[in-house]
Amino acid sequence: MELLEFDYPSAVRHVTRKAHVGVVGSGDMEVLMEPAEKEGAHVSIRTSVNGFGASWKAVLDRFFARYDGAVRIHINDAGATPGSVMLRLEQAVEVIER
Amino acid sequence: MSTTIAAPAFVNRHSFIELDARARAQSLMDPGSWRELVGPFDRIESPWLPLQGIAPQSDDGCVVLKGTIAAAPSVVIALEGGFQAGSMGEVSGAKMTAALDLATQDSQKGKKTTAVLLLETGGVRLQEANLGLAAIAEVMASMLVLREHAPIITVIAGTVGCFGGLALAAGLSSYIVMTREARLGMNGPEVIEQESGIEEFDASDRGLIWAINGGEQRVAMGVADELVLDDAQEIAAAVQSYVKAGLPQVHRSQQVELYRRRIAALDTSGQIDPLTLRQSWNNKSREEGKR
Repeated sequence: MELLEFDYPSAVRHVTRKAHVGVVGSGDMEVLMEPAEKEGAHVSIRTSVNGFGASWKAVLDRFFARYDGAVRIHINDAGATPGSVMLRLEQAVEVIER
Repeated sequence: MSTTIAAPAFVNRHSFIELDARARAQSLMDPGSWRELVGPFDRIESPWLPLQGIAPQSDDGCVVLKGTIAAAPSVVIALEGGFQAGSMGEVSGAKMTAALDLATQDSQKGKKTTAVLLLETGGVRLQEANLGLAAIAEVMASMLVLREHAPIITVIAGTVGCFGGLALAAGLSSYIVMTREARLGMNGPEVIEQESGIEEFDASDRGLIWAINGGEQRVAMGVADELVLDDAQEIAAAVQSYVKAGLPQVHRSQQVELYRRRIAALDTSGQIDPLTLRQSWNNKSREEGKR
């Protein structure tokens, strides 16, 4: 298991809602997205699969290139592929921005 | 020119199996009536899984919703089959037990509260060993108290099914609703094959597995009450009808003498086939099994 953390200080738009999507099942993950306590976005990841920090960073960089909400994201991961990670993040945004 | 292709009915069916535990629980309750107890943002998760290199889930795979079903006070407790095969750990067990005990307390104060268990589980979470076993004992003890006051309705929809200790818990419930896709059994097929050999049970033979553990067989032999389609509306309607029916005259697990007689009467000189068991145990055609 590995713990990863990332900060995106430029995501400063205030959000008010919470979202919980996904299941920590094989090849899937859960996302808890909620308003950040401090300025900017913060992401913490707990994954059962070690050694993919660069892939996580690439997916999150791309996600925060388009999304500007000041959110705190926590991910519990059981081996979601980068495509699934992006879909789950977008699904959480759909809930939070609804 | 236009052509209309009539879609078969199953295309428009709202699958229950495809829903996750939370959505399943929500689909059974009166809209707007429910709130979640100890939800994912409370982050009460397993302390044992991370120690073993396994990512936990923020609700430990157990969803508890309090609200009403058919306007009657109810609690729905749903296990998430996608997370660690719906297995029962220390935290998910404590959530289930506490929810049942709260329903008992409310019932004792005059607010009769029905419990609905959505069991999608392989039983004890092996990574939590004795704590999981203890949790199942607590769940069963709490069920025995609650069912003095209000019915406990178990729904096994699939596709994990309900095995191990929680199959025993299912046996304590007032009513069991199953789909054709669901399975109910003590030891799972892989466990039997591993322990007793492929001659005893071939875990790759899906026909054999469903003929023995499948919902159709379990309902036909009288150890479950109703066979439903994998349809969220149909399952909700079945649950509502049992909420309205209230407590059965006698719980199945109290019919000790009936099942002793039946087991004693089985001809074990040859392999018993599932169809024969159906015919001899079918409660609907035999007065003795009615409750």
